[in-house]
Amino acid sequence: MSYPSWSIEEATRVLSPLKNVQGPVLIALQAVQERFGYVHEDAVSLIAETFNVSRADVHGVLTYYHDLRTTPAPARCIQICVAEACQSVGSRELVAAVEKKLGKKIDETYADVEIKSAYCFGNCALGPSAMVDGELVGRANLEKVTA
Amino acid sequence: MSAIVYIPNDSAAISIGADQVAALIAQEAVKRSLDVTIIRNGTRGALWLETLVEVVTPQGRTAYGPVQPSDVSSLFDADFLSGGTHPLSLGLTEEIAWFAGQDRVTYKRVGVIDPLSLKDYESLGGLVGLRKAIAQSGSEIVAEVTASGLRGRGGAGFPAGIKWKTVLDAPADQKYVCCNADEGDSGTFADRILIEADPFTLIEGMAIAAVAVGATEGFVYLRSEYPTAITRLRDAIAIAESAGVLGSSVLGSKHAFNLEVRVGAGSYVCGEETAMLESLEGKRGVIRSKPPLPAIAGLFGKPTIINNVLTLASVPEIMASGAAAYAARGTGRSLGTQVFQLAGNIARGGIIETAFGITLETLVKTFGGGTLSGKPLRAVQIGGPLGAYFNSSHLGVSMDYESLAAAGGMLGHGGVVLFDDSVDLAQQAKFAMEFCALESCGKCTPCRLGSTRGAETIEKIISGVDVPANKLLLLDLCEVMTDGSLCAMGGLTPLPVKSAMNNFPEDFTGGAR
Repeated sequence: MSYPSWSIEEATRVLSPLKNVQGPVLIALQAVQERFGYVHEDAVSLIAETFNVSRADVHGVLTYYHDLRTTPAPARCIQICVAEACQSVGSRELVAAVEKKLGKKIDETYADVEIKSAYCFGNCALGPSAMVDGELVGRANLEKVTA
Repeated sequence: MSAIVYIPNDSAAISIGADQVAALIAQEAVKRSLDVTIIRNGTRGALWLETLVEVVTPQGRTAYGPVQPSDVSSLFDADFLSGGTHPLSLGLTEEIAWFAGQDRVTYKRVGVIDPLSLKDYESLGGLVGLRKAIAQSGSEIVAEVTASGLRGRGGAGFPAGIKWKTVLDAPADQKYVCCNADEGDSGTFADRILIEADPFTLIEGMAIAAVAVGATEGFVYLRSEYPTAITRLRDAIAIAESAGVLGSSVLGSKHAFNLEVRVGAGSYVCGEETAMLESLEGKRGVIRSKPPLPAIAGLFGKPTIINNVLTLASVPEIMASGAAAYAARGTGRSLGTQVFQLAGNIARGGIIETAFGITLETLVKTFGGGTLSGKPLRAVQIGGPLGAYFNSSHLGVSMDYESLAAAGGMLGHGGVVLFDDSVDLAQQAKFAMEFCALESCGKCTPCRLGSTRGAETIEKIISGVDVPANKLLLLDLCEVMTDGSLCAMGGLTPLPVKSAMNNFPEDFTGGAR
């Protein structure tokens, strides 16, 4: 997935339809991330000014939610469910195999490929489950998730 | 005449190839000059049979599954379009024992219809409940829901009618209906499947709730991990708006109801109702102290109905067929049906809707067929990450709110996760604490700190350090978390931990299994 580089003008355009949303901060951060792949640090004060909330409030929301990231999105993202139902069919072993094959650690930041822990995609009868670049993969194995 | 073929567009089915199967069937039909109409239905819930392909025949819908992309050509060779015999033939869908043994009420249209066809929806009883509701007073609707015995399907099991009455009786210039679709429990997927397969049922249920209490705005808080459900529900809402089911005049009545989907951002604790409200308000998903109850002061401080997807989706049928028909099912104070989800290491996983009171053994053996690996079943976790781990001596337990509580567990959202004999319950207990540490909102100390100390203490037990003393310490910590946490996150994390210790003591003797 490729995203445009951060621009305050583009971010302003992204936020403008949200002016009348009640409780806008999380939606604003999600909109910025959807556009740019991450939330640039300058987005914090832009959102604070746009919606008349404190920068601390925006920072608080930004750092609370697992989905929101402050570094550019990697070219590829492999999320592997590591919750109980997928554990029961070998997700721990799958994570170890993917880490080994790609030479990366789970939940660390890289520019090319990231492996992320996920906690349930609601595909618990067909585990292990993974989400590879936004596509849900059932009965996941090393071949399917690193193809 | 065009042959009609149903192929699911459920995300679980797609995750193992349903889209490829659909594309290949379309291609093959063109190649063979056959007239085929493909309808993408939701899944019927037999995920072990996905991709389940159904063909309309004079006898009824005939099923084939699990169909792999490589099977498509041979299906045509076997003339499956006329119901021909093939190694994957399953006969008439309705007669497959796995379905025939169920009692589909809330899920009656799931997998049967095109999810976004309002016409299909109405042809199978859709909107009957809402039409009845708009002809009644708020208190009449609330009385019907109360009489049905419907309890919160999210896990807490609070009577829906009492909650609705509180909102109905609360004077306010604005009220809200919020649907909690933050289905974060591992081993649960019933909300997702319903939204993907029959979204109008949820919309209708929410509209009935809104009409009952005088709410004009509604929100569905849907988790970001469910992108297909998000798109489908938004599409369904747009269709419902243009058909006048939602909007300034619900089905031509004096009631207005607008509905919006808000997407979560990857926080498990936002499935707790007050954390969900904070998140809906765009804030950190930190829980609120109760009181005030959300029914009195909820979203933006206004009286708010908050119910789980399955709770709200049960309401249209209750209104349509009457409370008595619903309450005739079930046992004790657990009335109606429960949508169980069979998951994890299971041969035949998926959705089982049946009256409360079925035994765990019937679920995991008769329906589930035991473990996927074929190894002996060792543990079953019921009710998600905050639910208890049971051993095989508990298989006789009746699946209802009270019986599971008496057995030291909880029903939760109805997820049933199987583990074979490779599972190490000390590791599972440690994971429960680690998950709590990761997902704790941080507001109260027992949850925020106790979870980390708990994981450390279990690690000591696993490593064989002062095992008896550390087990006592862990039990003490569990007591503090149970009694001292503000919400179910910290309060129930001890449930998997203590049940693992009680039911699998051999895993807590120090040293790896």
